[in-house]
Amino acid sequence: MVDPVPVGPAPDAAALAVQFSPQAKQQIADLLGRYPRKQGALIPVLWLAQEQFGWLTPDVLAMVAAELGLAKSTVLATAMFYTMLYKRPHGRFHVQICTNVACYLRGSDDLVKIAIDALGIRPGETSEDGLFTLEEVQCLCACERAPCLQVNRKDYFDVTPENLASLLTQLQTEGLRLGPSIGWPDADESDNHPAEAAHA
Amino acid sequence: MPEHRLLLRRHLGVDFTNLANYIKYGGFAMWKRGLELGKDGIIAEVKASGLRGRGGAGFPTGTKWGFLPKDGRPRYLVVNADEGEPGTFKDRYFLEEDPFRQLEGILLSCYAVDAHVCYIYIRGEYWHSKDVTERAIADLYKAGWLGKNIQGSGFDLECYVHSGAGAYICGEETALIESIEGKPGMPRLKPPFPANYGVFGMPTVVNNTETLAAVPCILEMGGDAWCKLGSPRNGGTKLVGVAGHVKNPGLFEVPMGTPMREIIYDLGGGILGDREILAIIPGGSSCPFLTKDEIDVPMDFDGLKDVGSMLGTACITVIAEGSDLIKVMGRVAKFYQHESCGQCTPCRQGTGWLHQIVQQLDAGAAGEEAIDLLIDACNRIDGNTICAHGEAAAWPIRSIAKKFRPQLEAEIRSRAAASA
Repeated sequence: MVDPVPVGPAPDAAALAVQFSPQAKQQIADLLGRYPRKQGALIPVLWLAQEQFGWLTPDVLAMVAAELGLAKSTVLATAMFYTMLYKRPHGRFHVQICTNVACYLRGSDDLVKIAIDALGIRPGETSEDGLFTLEEVQCLCACERAPCLQVNRKDYFDVTPENLASLLTQLQTEGLRLGPSIGWPDADESDNHPAEAAHA
Repeated sequence: MPEHRLLLRRHLGVDFTNLANYIKYGGFAMWKRGLELGKDGIIAEVKASGLRGRGGAGFPTGTKWGFLPKDGRPRYLVVNADEGEPGTFKDRYFLEEDPFRQLEGILLSCYAVDAHVCYIYIRGEYWHSKDVTERAIADLYKAGWLGKNIQGSGFDLECYVHSGAGAYICGEETALIESIEGKPGMPRLKPPFPANYGVFGMPTVVNNTETLAAVPCILEMGGDAWCKLGSPRNGGTKLVGVAGHVKNPGLFEVPMGTPMREIIYDLGGGILGDREILAIIPGGSSCPFLTKDEIDVPMDFDGLKDVGSMLGTACITVIAEGSDLIKVMGRVAKFYQHESCGQCTPCRQGTGWLHQIVQQLDAGAAGEEAIDLLIDACNRIDGNTICAHGEAAAWPIRSIAKKFRPQLEAEIRSRAAASA
């Protein structure tokens, strides 16, 4: 077996449409020290890019490729493989309800119905105002406290229909205040109340 | 039935994410013992302990360590903390509540196998686990338990968290290695095995979080004493989970070989609503399902194998009578279809067929002949793929189709009656 050969040239750094923040650049320098090959840092660098830009647009992927000296196709292949690396914009709140066996046995399907009714979107959809993405996800591995769900980085365990309903109401209020997530296409024009249309 | 708590210490109510607390309760005491034993001495103790990989495969850990070639190439330890097997919640405990236990195990293991870099691969969704573990690592660097010349021993170790990004298949060790290299998590053909050609082409040991967490405990008790806690060829204690339709779902620690019935009824508190058991998933949804007549099986690698299933992660999911097995099968089939990496045709296509057939059953659009079709599809996946994902998809479905046929037929009839 041999080391992988580059499949093509890296994009020209001078022609990039977007740039990493100075802080991200520092973190990347640290990450590169952790792996004997630059591509080892690819997934952590994609995480950094997603944190800064909200999702991995073609421009962002080109920036990552230039940063690590990799072909765009190499970066795209990895980005496409992993579900948590977003290839399209996501809502401010990514509501992920586990519907795998243990949560199903403990009533997760009722939770999905409640979320659909409250948010007006189906699993896999994002609300037009960019506030919510709803998803049915696979086992979050907290089955002793099923049913469970995750909103962005926070876990919720032993979820009941009542506390899900109040959580969603709370998030809606917070969403109106914060507006859509970074990287949402209309985020710059959303100085009025973006959620009104969807909930009118 | 009493638990036998060595690794699981929730009951003490101590914050073990605090390094001072960890040390106060005996943490890192085994480093000195490890130095006394020497590299070969540690490996000998782990071999004597009979410790078998806690990720589910049950391969003897000491033997695995012994496979590393002595050719002077740098060696790596990779920790598989990509906990994702549906029904499982054991490694989360170490990552979130007792992170230094795993890290002490990592230090001892790296010293024993002469590895100087360790990657801890934690699943992407485990945000809290990643935070806690990153903080614990930072604390250890500050306290001189990681980095250069650890505690004046001359031994160097760098330890990094590498976050997954949402791919169940990365729990397969070679897919995990590909993922650390920045590639899609597609399992490699073996051989070469990771011991010879692992991460970045170097000799690599891949161990599960719970496996490594057990190492300090093994040195403390001595390998022989630890081994005797469990059943023959299945040394030590094991974290077991009980979830689903039980009164007291939770995580427990028992000697290997404890009867499953005791775990479900004594620790799990019995079945919700005092119903009968319909089916059991013994250790994550890739294990063939068991019937209620099979629950006297001893919970260890060999016991579960003898009844045609697997210990897996030893986190039991209990499904009570009155549940809809076609729906359960649907969740299982959907999961393995979604998580197939797609490189082998039997798995990529076959998992889709399984899901479609079960969906048709669920919709009342297929009759009893679909059960045979399911078994046939499973047989065509089984054994025909690069990694075990194909089997993980096929075995549970086939076990339901074969063992629970009368139940499935009844569910099919009731759907037909409902749609008529």
